[in-house]
Amino acid sequence: MAQNSGQNDGDMAQFHAMFFDEAAEHLERMEALLLELDIERADSEQLNAIFRAAHSIKGGAGTFGFRDIADLTHEMETVFDRIRKGEMPLSPELVNAFLTSGDMLKALLAHSRGDGDAVAAEEVDALCARLRAFLEDGSGTASAAQRHALELIFGPFDARFSSKDVDAALSDLADFGVMQELPQDPPKKGGRKKAVERRFRILTEVSQSDMVDALGFMLPTDKVKVNALEPGAGSAGAQLVSGGAGDAGETQADGAESFGLFVDAATLPANRAAAAKGAQDAAAGAPAKAGVTPLRRDAKPATGAGASADAASIRVSVQKVDQLINLVGELVITQAMLAQTASTADPVLYETLFNGLAQLQRNSRDLQEAAMSIRMLPMSFVFSRFPRVVHDVAAKLGKEVELRTVGEGTELDKGLIERNTDPLTHLVRNSLDHGLESPDEREAAGKPRKGAITLRAYHQGGAIVIEVSDDGRGLSREKILAKARERGMAVSDGMSDAEVWALIFEAGFSTAEQVTDVSGRGVGMDVVRRNIQEMGGRVEIESAAGIGSRISIKLPLTLAILDGMSVRVGGDVFIIPLGYISESLQPTADAIKSLAGGQHVVAVRGDYLPVLSLAQAFNARAEVERYEQGILVILESEGAKTALFVDGLVGQHQVVIKSLETNYRKVAGVSGATIMGDGRVAMILDVAHLVGLANSRLGKAA
Amino acid sequence: MMMQQATQAGGQGAAAEAQANEFLTFTLGSEEYGIEILKVQEIRGWEQPTTIANAPDFIKGVINLRGTIVPIVDLRIKFNLGDPQYNQFTVVIILNVANRVVGAVVDSVSDVLTLAGEQIRPAPEFGGVLDMQHITGLGTVDQRMLILVDIEKLMTSADMALVDAGTVH
Repeated sequence: MAQNSGQNDGDMAQFHAMFFDEAAEHLERMEALLLELDIERADSEQLNAIFRAAHSIKGGAGTFGFRDIADLTHEMETVFDRIRKGEMPLSPELVNAFLTSGDMLKALLAHSRGDGDAVAAEEVDALCARLRAFLEDGSGTASAAQRHALELIFGPFDARFSSKDVDAALSDLADFGVMQELPQDPPKKGGRKKAVERRFRILTEVSQSDMVDALGFMLPTDKVKVNALEPGAGSAGAQLVSGGAGDAGETQADGAESFGLFVDAATLPANRAAAAKGAQDAAAGAPAKAGVTPLRRDAKPATGAGASADAASIRVSVQKVDQLINLVGELVITQAMLAQTASTADPVLYETLFNGLAQLQRNSRDLQEAAMSIRMLPMSFVFSRFPRVVHDVAAKLGKEVELRTVGEGTELDKGLIERNTDPLTHLVRNSLDHGLESPDEREAAGKPRKGAITLRAYHQGGAIVIEVSDDGRGLSREKILAKARERGMAVSDGMSDAEVWALIFEAGFSTAEQVTDVSGRGVGMDVVRRNIQEMGGRVEIESAAGIGSRISIKLPLTLAILDGMSVRVGGDVFIIPLGYISESLQPTADAIKSLAGGQHVVAVRGDYLPVLSLAQAFNARAEVERYEQGILVILESEGAKTALFVDGLVGQHQVVIKSLETNYRKVAGVSGATIMGDGRVAMILDVAHLVGLANSRLGKAA
Repeated sequence: MMMQQATQAGGQGAAAEAQANEFLTFTLGSEEYGIEILKVQEIRGWEQPTTIANAPDFIKGVINLRGTIVPIVDLRIKFNLGDPQYNQFTVVIILNVANRVVGAVVDSVSDVLTLAGEQIRPAPEFGGVLDMQHITGLGTVDQRMLILVDIEKLMTSADMALVDAGTVH
């Protein structure tokens, strides 16, 4: 966009960025509403909201000169205006046309933003023509060209206002149709002489909304009222409201959120016909005046600060939030250091100091939670795209599916939200493709024809759990074992269900008979697991044949803070994320058994778990030589367990995760680092890696 | 060639150009080396780092540098120069190279010198401690001979094992 350097272009880029962000939100809302629409009995609020979304995008696009976007949204707006007024019925074809238009707008926006290919002009034109076609044959009881009567009320004007302006407006209006001035109300008895108000009736083809927009150019917005005068329509009214203050950037009256066309039920065709039977032709003024409903303004200001129509909110750049969180993290570290230093002092002598430090600890904890919560967004941000995905894929596969979402309000760190959408999409597609049976199969199995996919999110301890479950055919144990054997994997019939299900995470694994473009190539599940693990989380599968499957993703609540147990090996301290620890114990000498190859296993309540010496794995020097002098920490990850041998336990801490890879490189077995209370660095263990290491060694030795 | 390199490295401004010819000198073994002052963030004393699992012996570990985790490399071990001591005289040069902060332990740090173009000569092929590709020239000041090193290239090279291949920021 920018041609030459300068302050102007920087500002323009900022306005563009805001437009792109807001347009994206409008499109999301529009899509969600379109999918929710009940075609038989459309909720007028939803229809209006869809119209407003298209209108807002059009306004912004027009202001910034994005012609193609403005043209397409104009067509959408025209069609939808008719629908919400009841002049045109809703149909599945229309909804699909709008969904396609939404997609094209996304592509156009991406291109204008600079990260997408151009959309061929012919495609845009074709879509516009398709929308226009609805206007021709889709019109209901009233056609666009029909003339209707509108009542225009100008005033009351005060002394400043000269009638010349009104006259000028009137002569312009004459272009719109046939004008006729109506008699004014006589002044009330005994009242002061009312300020002058003038009323006109105009028979015109111009729609009420366009009239309102046009008049906004000619006269002060708070001095004009436009009422529809159709038989029995009484209560429909519109008023130009001076809400334009915030619309600094927009030159068209069109763009202002000030058209308030809340057509209520009275004007919908069925009701209108019924009302028409009642009286009247009209005391043109009376019913309109009585029933004027002032405009409800819940549209947000155009260039304003509102991020959504619902809550008062501010847009903040992610960098600022991250910086704030970093600083809070530093504060927590400093506070921990102070606490450590003070721990050697006499508590009685320094009572006030200790009280102060305790207070400081509470304050910094609270500050930390508050800062973390800034980055938290509700799961609805992730779930919102799935109605569309399910709608499209189900249609493609010929299946009937209902999508349920539970716990959309559950909050998750913004960074994790973005990284969750791909894995979840893959899991949902899997359920749709492989899990759910076709409607006929379901009927034959005694299930309802409509399959159900449930997305559920909830908090559990310090983690968030996201579940994708379906009531389909479930995983087939036999097929998976057979496939595993085929691929030469070491499996046995004695494996637990959990272990069998975990096999599908191996790369290239797919028991699908056919590869569809939805899924089946076997490149998905291992990527899903890797993505989840990189977020510090785990994936677990549960399944029952004929009943369904459930895949649970457990993620830490934030990327930056970790609850961990610190352990000692030699002179070094290591942190183990608490979520992976089952228990810790001090073994007796006879509980440890040796295997060939120097591997050891330990018997814990009947199970034999591989023992991994952390000192050995990390090439460090352990202080403790014999197992019974040290501690075994039992770790569990993805259904596999291992006993980690360390010198001793130190304590339990909440630590701030620092990146090792910023200045160094990835170290196997280490997922990050942290700074302890004494200022020294401690490594955070990558438990999944260590458990995998221990079990693969065991596999080789056994 | 050498002169051109020096001035080009200096960029447009005169100040930057002057700085580009400023070198921090340090000793390693029996040689004196010079590195661009612009790559030096600070000079610290020795503190015991936290060891990194399975790292080569010349990577001593990581330290906490005001909240950032910084790896420390002992160049004396890397280039097999005698028996390294760690005491109050040990010097660590904290470098800022390729968007990373890393520390290098050397025998001692001398001073910051400004070298004019004519004081810098191309380096002859000699079997020194460093790989020739990391040496940008020889500087002469009074009686001293400085081996001028491209410290960024050196620290990001594969055998320094600080950087994963393909992840140079």
